[in-house]
Amino acid sequence: MRQDQLIKTILMAVALSAILGLALMTVFIFKEGMPLIVQVGGRDFFCSSDWSPGKGRFGILSMIVGSLLVTLGALVIGVVFSLGLAVVLTQFCPPALARILKPVIELLAGIPSVVYGFMGMVTIVPLIRDHLGGAGYSVLAGSIVLGVMILPTVTSISVDALHAVPRPFWEGSIALGATRWQTTHMLMLKAARSGILAAVILGMGRAVGETMAVIMVTGNSLDIPRRLTDSVRTLTSNIALEMNYASGAHSQALFATGVTLFVIIMVLNTLAMAVSRRRMAMGGTR
Amino acid sequence: MTRIRRLPAPAMGLLACTLLAAGCRKEQQQTVNVAGSTSVHPYVELLAGEYQKKHPGRKVDVQAGGSAAGLKAALSGMADIGMCSRELKPEEAAQFNQVVIARDGVAVIVHPANPVNALTTEQIRGMFSGRITNWKEVGGHDVPIRLVTREEGSGTREAFVHLVMGQEEILRGAMAQASNGALKAMVRTEPAAIGYMSLGQVGTDVKALRVDGQEPTAEGVLAGTYKLARPFLFVTKGPPGADAQAFIDYVLSPEGQKALEAEGFIRAR
Repeated sequence: MRQDQLIKTILMAVALSAILGLALMTVFIFKEGMPLIVQVGGRDFFCSSDWSPGKGRFGILSMIVGSLLVTLGALVIGVVFSLGLAVVLTQFCPPALARILKPVIELLAGIPSVVYGFMGMVTIVPLIRDHLGGAGYSVLAGSIVLGVMILPTVTSISVDALHAVPRPFWEGSIALGATRWQTTHMLMLKAARSGILAAVILGMGRAVGETMAVIMVTGNSLDIPRRLTDSVRTLTSNIALEMNYASGAHSQALFATGVTLFVIIMVLNTLAMAVSRRRMAMGGTR
Repeated sequence: MTRIRRLPAPAMGLLACTLLAAGCRKEQQQTVNVAGSTSVHPYVELLAGEYQKKHPGRKVDVQAGGSAAGLKAALSGMADIGMCSRELKPEEAAQFNQVVIARDGVAVIVHPANPVNALTTEQIRGMFSGRITNWKEVGGHDVPIRLVTREEGSGTREAFVHLVMGQEEILRGAMAQASNGALKAMVRTEPAAIGYMSLGQVGTDVKALRVDGQEPTAEGVLAGTYKLARPFLFVTKGPPGADAQAFIDYVLSPEGQKALEAEGFIRAR
Protein backbone atom coordinates (compact mmCIF):
# COMPACT_ATOMS: atom_id res chain seq x y z
CA MET A 1 0.00 0.00 0.00
CA ARG A 2 2.74 2.42 1.05
CA GLN A 3 4.78 1.57 -2.01
CA ASP A 4 1.76 2.14 -4.18
CA GLN A 5 1.34 5.55 -2.67
CA LEU A 6 5.01 6.42 -3.15
CA ILE A 7 5.05 5.46 -6.82
CA LYS A 8 1.85 7.40 -7.41
CA THR A 9 3.45 10.45 -5.81
CA ILE A 10 6.63 10.16 -7.86
CA LEU A 11 4.81 9.70 -11.13
CA MET A 12 2.53 12.60 -10.36
CA ALA A 13 5.57 14.79 -9.62
CA VAL A 14 7.15 13.82 -12.93
CA ALA A 15 3.95 14.54 -14.82
CA LEU A 16 3.44 17.86 -13.10
CA SER A 17 7.04 18.98 -13.63
CA ALA A 18 6.52 18.64 -17.37
CA ILE A 19 3.54 20.95 -17.14
CA LEU A 20 5.46 23.24 -14.80
CA GLY A 21 8.23 23.44 -17.40
CA LEU A 22 5.76 24.41 -20.06
CA ALA A 23 4.17 27.00 -17.79
CA LEU A 24 7.54 28.51 -16.88
CA MET A 25 8.51 28.71 -20.53
CA THR A 26 5.28 30.43 -21.45
CA VAL A 27 5.62 32.93 -18.62
CA PHE A 28 9.24 33.59 -19.55
CA ILE A 29 8.58 34.18 -23.25
CA PHE A 30 5.70 36.53 -22.51
CA LYS A 31 7.62 38.34 -19.76
CA GLU A 32 10.52 38.99 -22.15
CA GLY A 33 8.48 39.76 -25.23
CA MET A 34 5.36 41.59 -24.13
CA PRO A 35 7.00 44.79 -22.82
CA LEU A 36 8.46 45.48 -26.25
CA ILE A 37 5.14 44.93 -28.04
CA VAL A 38 3.50 47.32 -25.58
CA GLN A 39 6.32 49.84 -25.93
CA VAL A 40 6.41 49.76 -29.74
CA GLY A 41 2.65 49.59 -29.98
CA GLY A 42 0.67 46.72 -31.47
CA ARG A 43 0.09 48.56 -34.71
CA ASP A 44 3.73 49.30 -35.44
CA PHE A 45 4.71 45.80 -34.39
CA PHE A 46 2.13 43.68 -36.21
CA CYS A 47 1.10 45.90 -39.11
CA SER A 48 4.44 47.16 -40.39
CA SER A 49 7.12 45.34 -42.38
CA ASP A 50 9.86 47.71 -41.35
CA TRP A 51 12.27 45.55 -39.36
CA SER A 52 15.53 47.24 -38.41
CA PRO A 53 16.09 46.69 -34.69
CA GLY A 54 19.34 48.68 -34.77
CA LYS A 55 17.28 51.79 -35.52
CA GLY A 56 14.45 50.89 -33.15
CA ARG A 57 11.97 49.76 -35.79
CA PHE A 58 10.28 46.44 -35.14
CA GLY A 59 7.65 45.59 -37.77
CA ILE A 60 7.06 41.87 -38.27
CA LEU A 61 4.13 41.87 -40.70
CA SER A 62 6.17 40.42 -43.56
CA MET A 63 7.28 37.54 -41.35
CA ILE A 64 3.74 36.75 -40.19
CA VAL A 65 2.67 36.67 -43.83
CA GLY A 66 5.77 34.59 -44.62
CA SER A 67 5.05 31.99 -41.93
CA LEU A 68 1.42 31.64 -42.98
CA LEU A 69 2.23 31.42 -46.71
CA VAL A 70 4.96 28.83 -46.34
CA THR A 71 2.81 26.75 -43.99
CA LEU A 72 -0.18 26.92 -46.31
CA GLY A 73 1.98 25.90 -49.26
CA ALA A 74 3.44 23.03 -47.26
CA LEU A 75 -0.05 21.83 -46.29
CA VAL A 76 -1.29 21.92 -49.89
CA ILE A 77 1.68 19.88 -51.09
CA GLY A 78 2.00 17.66 -48.02
CA VAL A 79 -1.69 16.82 -47.64
CA VAL A 80 -2.27 15.97 -51.31
CA PHE A 81 0.62 13.51 -51.34
CA SER A 82 -0.05 12.15 -47.85
CA LEU A 83 -3.72 11.47 -48.50
CA GLY A 84 -2.87 9.85 -51.81
CA LEU A 85 -0.34 7.65 -50.09
CA ALA A 86 -2.68 6.79 -47.24
CA VAL A 87 -5.47 5.81 -49.63
CA VAL A 88 -3.16 3.68 -51.76
CA LEU A 89 -1.62 2.00 -48.73
CA THR A 90 -4.95 1.09 -47.16
CA GLN A 91 -7.23 0.52 -50.15
CA PHE A 92 -5.40 -0.26 -53.35
CA CYS A 93 -2.11 -1.91 -52.64
CA PRO A 94 -1.34 -5.53 -51.76
CA PRO A 95 -0.93 -5.86 -47.97
CA ALA A 96 2.56 -7.28 -48.38
CA LEU A 97 3.71 -4.17 -50.23
CA ALA A 98 1.98 -1.89 -47.71
CA ARG A 99 3.88 -3.60 -44.92
CA ILE A 100 7.14 -2.55 -46.58
CA LEU A 101 6.05 0.91 -47.78
CA LYS A 102 4.63 2.25 -44.53
CA PRO A 103 7.82 1.83 -42.46
CA VAL A 104 9.82 3.32 -45.32
CA ILE A 105 7.63 6.44 -45.30
CA GLU A 106 7.85 6.63 -41.52
CA LEU A 107 11.61 6.49 -41.83
CA LEU A 108 11.42 9.90 -43.53
CA ALA A 109 10.41 11.39 -40.17
CA GLY A 110 13.78 10.43 -38.72
CA ILE A 111 15.85 12.46 -41.16
CA PRO A 112 17.20 15.63 -39.49
CA SER A 113 15.71 18.86 -40.82
CA VAL A 114 19.12 20.26 -41.77
CA VAL A 115 19.43 17.40 -44.28
CA TYR A 116 16.07 18.31 -45.82
CA GLY A 117 17.23 21.92 -45.96
CA PHE A 118 20.46 20.99 -47.66
CA MET A 119 18.71 18.74 -50.17
CA GLY A 120 16.32 21.58 -50.93
CA MET A 121 19.18 24.02 -51.34
CA VAL A 122 21.13 21.91 -53.83
CA THR A 123 18.19 20.44 -55.80
CA ILE A 124 14.93 22.37 -55.49
CA VAL A 125 16.37 25.89 -55.34
CA PRO A 126 18.33 25.60 -58.63
CA LEU A 127 15.34 23.90 -60.29
CA ILE A 128 13.06 26.80 -59.39
CA ARG A 129 15.69 29.36 -60.40
CA ASP A 130 16.24 27.76 -63.81
CA HIS A 131 12.62 27.01 -64.70
CA LEU A 132 10.45 29.54 -62.86
CA GLY A 133 12.81 32.48 -62.47
CA GLY A 134 13.67 34.47 -59.38
CA ALA A 135 16.54 33.56 -57.08
CA GLY A 136 15.21 30.09 -56.36
CA TYR A 137 15.25 30.79 -52.63
CA SER A 138 11.52 31.26 -52.31
CA VAL A 139 8.14 30.59 -50.74
CA LEU A 140 7.76 27.71 -53.18
CA ALA A 141 11.06 26.08 -52.20
CA GLY A 142 10.11 26.34 -48.53
CA SER A 143 6.68 24.89 -49.17
CA ILE A 144 8.05 21.92 -51.11
CA VAL A 145 10.68 21.09 -48.50
CA LEU A 146 8.19 21.43 -45.64
CA GLY A 147 5.58 19.48 -47.60
CA VAL A 148 7.98 16.56 -47.82
CA MET A 149 8.88 16.94 -44.16
CA ILE A 150 5.28 16.66 -42.95
CA LEU A 151 4.55 13.78 -45.33
CA PRO A 152 5.44 10.95 -42.91
CA THR A 153 3.42 12.36 -40.00
CA VAL A 154 0.31 13.06 -42.02
CA THR A 155 0.50 9.79 -43.97
CA SER A 156 1.03 7.60 -40.96
CA ILE A 157 -1.81 9.08 -38.89
CA SER A 158 -4.16 9.08 -41.89
CA VAL A 159 -3.38 5.41 -42.50
CA ASP A 160 -4.24 4.65 -38.88
CA ALA A 161 -7.47 6.61 -39.21
CA LEU A 162 -8.45 4.69 -42.33
CA HIS A 163 -7.62 1.39 -40.64
CA ALA A 164 -9.80 2.36 -37.72
CA VAL A 165 -12.92 2.48 -39.89
CA PRO A 166 -14.87 -0.70 -39.02
CA ARG A 167 -14.44 -3.43 -41.62
CA PRO A 168 -18.24 -4.05 -42.02
CA PHE A 169 -18.64 -0.50 -43.41
CA TRP A 170 -16.35 -1.40 -46.28
CA GLU A 171 -17.88 -4.83 -46.79
CA GLY A 172 -21.37 -3.36 -46.82
CA SER A 173 -20.44 -0.78 -49.40
CA ILE A 174 -18.83 -3.34 -51.71
CA ALA A 175 -21.80 -5.69 -51.22
CA LEU A 176 -24.14 -2.90 -52.34
CA GLY A 177 -22.26 -2.78 -55.62
CA ALA A 178 -20.04 0.28 -55.08
CA THR A 179 -16.66 0.13 -56.75
CA ARG A 180 -13.48 0.32 -54.66
CA TRP A 181 -12.94 3.98 -55.57
CA GLN A 182 -16.55 4.87 -54.78
CA THR A 183 -16.21 3.09 -51.46
CA THR A 184 -12.99 4.94 -50.77
CA HIS A 185 -14.07 8.48 -51.48
CA MET A 186 -17.73 8.22 -50.49
CA LEU A 187 -17.33 6.14 -47.36
CA MET A 188 -13.83 5.51 -46.04
CA LEU A 189 -12.50 9.08 -46.33
CA LYS A 190 -15.66 10.46 -44.76
CA ALA A 191 -15.67 7.98 -41.91
CA ALA A 192 -12.00 8.67 -41.19
CA ARG A 193 -12.06 12.44 -41.59
CA SER A 194 -11.69 13.40 -37.94
CA GLY A 195 -8.51 11.29 -37.79
CA ILE A 196 -7.30 12.75 -41.06
CA LEU A 197 -7.96 16.25 -39.76
CA ALA A 198 -5.92 15.45 -36.66
CA ALA A 199 -3.11 14.36 -38.98
CA VAL A 200 -3.30 17.64 -40.88
CA ILE A 201 -3.21 19.62 -37.61
CA LEU A 202 -0.08 17.81 -36.51
CA GLY A 203 1.50 18.42 -39.90
CA MET A 204 0.60 22.08 -39.70
CA GLY A 205 2.18 22.36 -36.25
CA ARG A 206 5.39 20.92 -37.57
CA ALA A 207 5.35 23.20 -40.64
CA VAL A 208 4.80 26.41 -38.66
CA GLY A 209 7.53 25.54 -36.19
CA GLU A 210 10.20 24.22 -38.54
CA THR A 211 13.22 26.50 -38.71
CA MET A 212 16.49 25.08 -39.99
CA ALA A 213 15.26 23.70 -43.30
CA VAL A 214 13.27 26.88 -43.96
CA ILE A 215 16.22 29.20 -43.29
CA MET A 216 18.25 27.28 -45.85
CA VAL A 217 15.77 27.50 -48.74
CA THR A 218 13.62 30.63 -48.38
CA GLY A 219 16.31 33.33 -48.66
CA ASN A 220 15.03 35.22 -45.59
CA SER A 221 14.40 38.62 -47.17
CA LEU A 222 12.17 41.07 -45.34
CA ASP A 223 9.76 41.99 -48.12
CA ILE A 224 6.21 40.69 -48.31
CA PRO A 225 6.38 38.21 -51.21
CA ARG A 226 4.33 39.01 -54.32
CA ARG A 227 5.03 35.79 -56.18
CA LEU A 228 5.62 32.22 -55.08
CA THR A 229 9.17 32.58 -56.41
CA ASP A 230 9.92 35.54 -54.12
CA SER A 231 12.16 35.20 -51.11
CA VAL A 232 10.51 35.30 -47.69
CA ARG A 233 11.38 35.22 -43.98
CA THR A 234 9.30 33.28 -41.46
CA LEU A 235 8.88 34.08 -37.75
CA THR A 236 10.97 31.09 -36.70
CA SER A 237 13.72 31.97 -39.19
CA ASN A 238 13.86 35.50 -37.82
CA ILE A 239 14.50 34.27 -34.28
CA ALA A 240 17.13 31.76 -35.34
CA LEU A 241 18.87 34.15 -37.76
CA GLU A 242 19.25 37.05 -35.39
CA MET A 243 19.61 35.55 -31.93
CA ASN A 244 23.42 35.32 -32.18
CA TYR A 245 24.23 38.96 -31.56
CA ALA A 246 20.92 40.36 -30.38
CA SER A 247 20.96 42.33 -27.15
CA GLY A 248 18.66 44.75 -25.37
CA ALA A 249 15.56 45.76 -27.29
CA HIS A 250 16.58 43.62 -30.26
CA SER A 251 16.61 40.50 -28.12
CA GLN A 252 13.26 41.47 -26.60
CA ALA A 253 11.91 41.89 -30.11
CA LEU A 254 12.95 38.33 -30.93
CA PHE A 255 11.07 37.13 -27.86
CA ALA A 256 8.12 39.17 -29.06
CA THR A 257 8.43 37.34 -32.38
CA GLY A 258 8.25 34.16 -30.31
CA VAL A 259 5.14 35.41 -28.52
CA THR A 260 3.51 36.04 -31.90
CA LEU A 261 4.43 32.56 -33.11
CA PHE A 262 3.09 31.09 -29.86
CA VAL A 263 -0.24 32.85 -30.29
CA ILE A 264 -0.52 31.91 -33.97
CA ILE A 265 0.08 28.23 -33.20
CA MET A 266 -2.44 28.35 -30.32
CA VAL A 267 -5.07 29.94 -32.54
CA LEU A 268 -4.48 27.53 -35.44
CA ASN A 269 -4.59 24.49 -33.17
CA THR A 270 -7.67 25.62 -31.28
CA LEU A 271 -9.44 26.38 -34.54
CA ALA A 272 -8.55 23.05 -36.07
CA MET A 273 -9.51 21.19 -32.90
CA ALA A 274 -12.85 22.96 -32.72
CA VAL A 275 -13.58 22.07 -36.33
CA SER A 276 -12.64 18.45 -35.80
CA ARG A 277 -14.77 18.19 -32.65
CA ARG A 278 -17.77 19.64 -34.46
CA ARG A 279 -17.29 17.28 -37.37
CA MET A 280 -17.06 14.35 -34.99
CA ALA A 281 -20.21 15.39 -33.19
CA MET A 282 -22.03 15.65 -36.52
CA GLY A 283 -20.79 12.22 -37.55
CA GLY A 284 -22.06 10.78 -34.29
CA THR A 285 -25.61 12.04 -34.65
CA ARG A 286 -26.05 10.71 -38.14
CA MET B 1 -6.94 15.99 -2.78
CA THR B 2 -4.30 16.75 -0.16
CA ARG B 3 -2.05 14.28 -1.90
CA ILE B 4 -2.13 16.27 -5.08
CA ARG B 5 -1.63 19.57 -3.37
CA ARG B 6 1.50 18.38 -1.61
CA LEU B 7 3.12 17.24 -4.84
CA PRO B 8 4.60 20.38 -6.34
CA ALA B 9 6.73 20.83 -3.20
CA PRO B 10 9.84 19.09 -4.60
CA ALA B 11 9.50 21.05 -7.77
CA MET B 12 9.22 24.29 -5.84
CA GLY B 13 12.27 23.32 -3.79
CA LEU B 14 14.27 22.71 -6.93
CA LEU B 15 13.22 26.04 -8.35
CA ALA B 16 14.16 27.84 -5.15
CA CYS B 17 17.62 26.21 -5.16
CA THR B 18 18.23 27.26 -8.74
CA LEU B 19 17.23 30.83 -8.08
CA LEU B 20 19.36 30.92 -4.95
CA ALA B 21 22.40 29.59 -6.80
CA ALA B 22 21.94 32.14 -9.56
CA GLY B 23 21.79 34.95 -7.02
CA CYS B 24 24.95 33.89 -5.25
CA ARG B 25 27.50 34.74 -7.93
CA LYS B 26 30.62 35.75 -6.06
CA GLU B 27 32.28 39.10 -6.65
CA GLN B 28 35.99 38.65 -7.31
CA GLN B 29 38.47 41.32 -6.39
CA GLN B 30 40.69 41.19 -9.46
CA THR B 31 37.93 41.73 -11.99
CA VAL B 32 38.86 43.54 -15.18
CA ASN B 33 35.74 45.13 -16.61
CA VAL B 34 35.60 45.29 -20.40
CA ALA B 35 32.65 46.97 -22.11
CA GLY B 36 31.67 48.25 -25.54
CA SER B 37 31.20 47.25 -29.15
CA THR B 38 28.78 44.41 -29.77
CA SER B 39 30.77 43.26 -32.78
CA VAL B 40 33.95 42.78 -30.76
CA HIS B 41 32.17 41.44 -27.69
CA PRO B 42 31.72 37.75 -28.63
CA TYR B 43 35.39 37.32 -29.53
CA VAL B 44 36.75 39.17 -26.52
CA GLU B 45 34.46 37.10 -24.33
CA LEU B 46 35.94 33.99 -25.95
CA LEU B 47 39.46 35.26 -25.27
CA ALA B 48 38.50 36.20 -21.72
CA GLY B 49 37.33 32.62 -21.15
CA GLU B 50 40.67 31.24 -22.33
CA TYR B 51 42.57 33.83 -20.29
CA GLN B 52 40.72 32.94 -17.11
CA LYS B 53 41.34 29.26 -17.72
CA LYS B 54 45.08 29.92 -17.96
CA HIS B 55 45.18 32.28 -14.99
CA PRO B 56 42.82 31.00 -12.31
CA GLY B 57 41.92 33.73 -9.85
CA ARG B 58 41.92 36.50 -12.42
CA LYS B 59 38.59 37.54 -13.73
CA VAL B 60 37.58 39.41 -16.87
CA ASP B 61 34.00 40.54 -17.22
CA VAL B 62 32.96 41.44 -20.78
CA GLN B 63 29.81 43.45 -21.46
CA ALA B 64 28.29 44.43 -24.80
CA GLY B 65 26.65 47.80 -25.30
CA GLY B 66 28.01 49.43 -28.43
CA SER B 67 31.20 51.34 -29.20
CA ALA B 68 29.83 54.63 -27.89
CA ALA B 69 28.81 53.06 -24.58
CA GLY B 70 32.26 51.45 -24.37
CA LEU B 71 34.03 54.78 -24.75
CA LYS B 72 31.73 56.37 -22.20
CA ALA B 73 32.28 53.54 -19.72
CA ALA B 74 36.05 53.74 -20.11
CA LEU B 75 35.96 57.51 -19.61
CA SER B 76 33.81 57.37 -16.50
CA GLY B 77 35.82 54.51 -15.00
CA MET B 78 32.86 52.12 -15.08
CA ALA B 79 34.96 49.87 -17.30
CA ASP B 80 38.71 49.32 -17.19
CA ILE B 81 38.81 48.72 -20.93
CA GLY B 82 36.44 50.04 -23.57
CA MET B 83 35.91 48.14 -26.83
CA CYS B 84 35.47 50.14 -29.99
CA SER B 85 34.96 48.88 -33.54
CA ARG B 86 35.76 52.06 -35.48
CA GLU B 87 38.56 54.62 -35.73
CA LEU B 88 38.52 57.16 -32.90
CA LYS B 89 37.66 60.71 -33.86
CA PRO B 90 40.52 63.17 -33.22
CA GLU B 91 38.86 64.63 -30.12
CA GLU B 92 38.28 61.10 -28.77
CA ALA B 93 41.83 60.04 -29.54
CA ALA B 94 43.06 62.81 -27.26
CA GLN B 95 41.09 61.39 -24.33
CA PHE B 96 42.16 57.75 -24.52
CA ASN B 97 45.07 55.36 -24.75
CA GLN B 98 44.24 53.09 -27.67
CA VAL B 99 45.51 49.69 -28.79
CA VAL B 100 44.49 47.98 -32.03
CA ILE B 101 43.73 44.36 -31.12
CA ALA B 102 42.67 43.23 -34.62
CA ARG B 103 41.33 44.48 -37.93
CA ASP B 104 38.16 43.45 -39.67
CA GLY B 105 38.16 43.52 -43.46
CA VAL B 106 34.96 43.26 -45.48
CA ALA B 107 35.17 41.51 -48.83
CA VAL B 108 32.48 42.05 -51.47
CA ILE B 109 31.90 38.68 -53.10
CA VAL B 110 30.17 37.39 -56.25
CA HIS B 111 29.74 34.07 -58.05
CA PRO B 112 33.05 32.95 -59.66
CA ALA B 113 31.44 32.99 -63.12
CA ASN B 114 30.40 36.65 -62.81
CA PRO B 115 32.41 38.67 -65.38
CA VAL B 116 32.54 41.72 -63.10
CA ASN B 117 35.87 41.96 -61.27
CA ALA B 118 35.81 45.39 -59.72
CA LEU B 119 33.29 47.89 -58.38
CA THR B 120 33.44 51.26 -56.71
CA THR B 121 32.07 51.89 -53.23
CA GLU B 122 29.48 54.12 -54.90
CA GLN B 123 28.31 51.26 -57.15
CA ILE B 124 28.08 48.81 -54.24
CA ARG B 125 26.05 51.32 -52.25
CA GLY B 126 23.80 51.82 -55.29
CA MET B 127 23.19 48.08 -55.53
CA PHE B 128 22.39 47.52 -51.87
CA SER B 129 20.10 50.53 -51.71
CA GLY B 130 18.21 49.51 -54.85
CA ARG B 131 19.34 52.17 -57.37
CA ILE B 132 21.32 49.68 -59.45
CA THR B 133 19.27 46.55 -60.09
CA ASN B 134 20.84 44.87 -63.10
CA TRP B 135 24.39 43.57 -63.58
CA LYS B 136 24.58 45.14 -67.06
CA GLU B 137 24.61 48.60 -65.44
CA VAL B 138 28.07 47.80 -64.03
CA GLY B 139 29.43 45.89 -67.01
CA GLY B 140 28.06 42.42 -66.36
CA HIS B 141 25.43 40.20 -67.99
CA ASP B 142 21.81 41.32 -68.37
CA VAL B 143 20.51 39.66 -65.19
CA PRO B 144 18.86 41.16 -62.10
CA ILE B 145 21.18 41.56 -59.12
CA ARG B 146 20.44 39.30 -56.15
CA LEU B 147 21.54 40.96 -52.92
CA VAL B 148 22.66 38.81 -50.03
CA THR B 149 23.19 40.46 -46.68
CA ARG B 150 23.91 39.45 -43.09
CA GLU B 151 21.29 39.47 -40.37
CA GLU B 152 20.61 42.54 -38.25
CA GLY B 153 23.01 42.66 -35.31
CA SER B 154 25.91 41.03 -37.13
CA GLY B 155 29.23 42.85 -36.76
CA THR B 156 30.08 42.31 -40.41
CA ARG B 157 26.78 43.92 -41.41
CA GLU B 158 27.47 46.81 -39.05
CA ALA B 159 30.90 47.26 -40.64
CA PHE B 160 29.47 47.09 -44.16
CA VAL B 161 26.78 49.65 -43.37
CA HIS B 162 29.34 51.93 -41.74
CA LEU B 163 31.95 51.63 -44.51
CA VAL B 164 29.76 51.43 -47.61
CA MET B 165 26.17 52.43 -46.97
CA GLY B 166 26.72 55.55 -44.89
CA GLN B 167 23.29 56.99 -44.17
CA GLU B 168 21.50 54.76 -46.68
CA GLU B 169 19.77 51.55 -45.74
CA ILE B 170 20.13 48.06 -47.13
CA LEU B 171 17.15 47.12 -49.29
CA ARG B 172 14.45 45.15 -47.48
CA GLY B 173 14.25 42.65 -50.32
CA ALA B 174 17.86 41.55 -49.80
CA MET B 175 18.18 37.91 -48.84
CA ALA B 176 19.79 37.27 -45.48
CA GLN B 177 22.02 34.61 -43.98
CA ALA B 178 23.26 34.29 -40.41
CA SER B 179 26.94 33.46 -40.87
CA ASN B 180 29.88 34.01 -43.19
CA GLY B 181 29.67 30.36 -44.21
CA ALA B 182 25.95 30.36 -45.01
CA LEU B 183 26.25 33.60 -46.95
CA LYS B 184 29.16 32.24 -48.96
CA ALA B 185 27.19 29.07 -49.74
CA MET B 186 24.36 31.18 -51.09
CA VAL B 187 26.59 33.37 -53.28
CA ARG B 188 28.47 30.32 -54.53
CA THR B 189 25.26 28.75 -55.85
CA GLU B 190 23.53 31.88 -57.20
CA PRO B 191 25.15 33.26 -60.41
CA ALA B 192 23.63 36.74 -60.00
CA ALA B 193 24.35 37.18 -56.30
CA ILE B 194 26.44 39.80 -54.56
CA GLY B 195 27.22 39.67 -50.86
CA TYR B 196 29.80 40.72 -48.34
CA MET B 197 31.70 38.79 -45.68
CA SER B 198 34.73 38.76 -43.43
CA LEU B 199 37.80 39.08 -45.60
CA GLY B 200 39.64 36.38 -43.68
CA GLN B 201 37.15 33.66 -44.61
CA VAL B 202 36.58 34.22 -48.32
CA GLY B 203 38.50 31.19 -49.61
CA THR B 204 38.51 30.23 -53.28
CA ASP B 205 34.96 29.20 -54.23
CA VAL B 206 33.63 32.76 -54.53
CA LYS B 207 35.21 35.80 -56.14
CA ALA B 208 36.16 38.78 -53.98
CA LEU B 209 35.93 42.00 -56.00
CA ARG B 210 38.45 44.82 -56.20
CA VAL B 211 36.89 47.83 -54.54
CA ASP B 212 37.86 51.29 -55.80
CA GLY B 213 40.70 49.60 -57.68
CA GLN B 214 42.24 47.96 -54.61
CA GLU B 215 42.79 44.23 -54.14
CA PRO B 216 40.96 42.80 -51.09
CA THR B 217 43.87 41.28 -49.19
CA ALA B 218 45.07 41.29 -45.59
CA GLU B 219 48.17 43.16 -46.80
CA GLY B 220 45.96 45.80 -48.40
CA VAL B 221 44.08 46.24 -45.13
CA LEU B 222 47.30 46.50 -43.09
CA ALA B 223 48.78 48.98 -45.57
CA GLY B 224 45.55 50.99 -45.49
CA THR B 225 44.98 50.83 -49.26
CA TYR B 226 41.90 48.56 -49.13
CA LYS B 227 39.34 50.83 -47.55
CA LEU B 228 36.60 48.38 -46.51
CA ALA B 229 38.24 47.66 -43.18
CA ARG B 230 37.99 48.86 -39.62
CA PRO B 231 40.12 48.45 -36.52
CA PHE B 232 39.01 46.79 -33.30
CA LEU B 233 40.29 48.93 -30.48
CA PHE B 234 40.82 48.56 -26.77
CA VAL B 235 40.75 51.99 -25.16
CA THR B 236 41.69 52.96 -21.61
CA LYS B 237 41.58 56.25 -19.81
CA GLY B 238 45.22 56.92 -19.16
CA PRO B 239 47.67 54.00 -18.97
CA PRO B 240 45.92 50.71 -18.16
CA GLY B 241 46.26 49.19 -14.67
CA ALA B 242 48.34 46.07 -14.15
CA ASP B 243 45.38 43.66 -14.40
CA ALA B 244 44.00 45.33 -17.51
CA GLN B 245 47.46 45.41 -19.08
CA ALA B 246 47.89 41.68 -18.43
CA PHE B 247 44.68 40.97 -20.35
CA ILE B 248 45.60 43.33 -23.21
CA ASP B 249 48.98 41.59 -23.43
CA TYR B 250 47.23 38.25 -23.65
CA VAL B 251 44.99 39.45 -26.49
CA LEU B 252 48.03 40.77 -28.37
CA SER B 253 50.08 37.61 -27.69
CA PRO B 254 50.54 35.19 -30.61
CA GLU B 255 47.95 32.91 -29.03
CA GLY B 256 45.33 35.62 -28.71
CA GLN B 257 46.01 36.94 -32.22
CA LYS B 258 45.79 33.44 -33.66
CA ALA B 259 42.38 32.93 -32.03
CA LEU B 260 41.16 36.19 -33.59
CA GLU B 261 42.52 35.19 -36.99
CA ALA B 262 40.64 31.91 -36.71
CA GLU B 263 37.46 34.01 -36.42
CA GLY B 264 38.25 35.66 -39.75
CA PHE B 265 39.94 38.84 -38.55
CA ILE B 266 43.25 40.30 -39.59
CA ARG B 267 46.02 40.51 -37.00
CA ALA B 268 46.73 43.85 -35.36
CA ARG B 269 50.15 44.29 -36.96
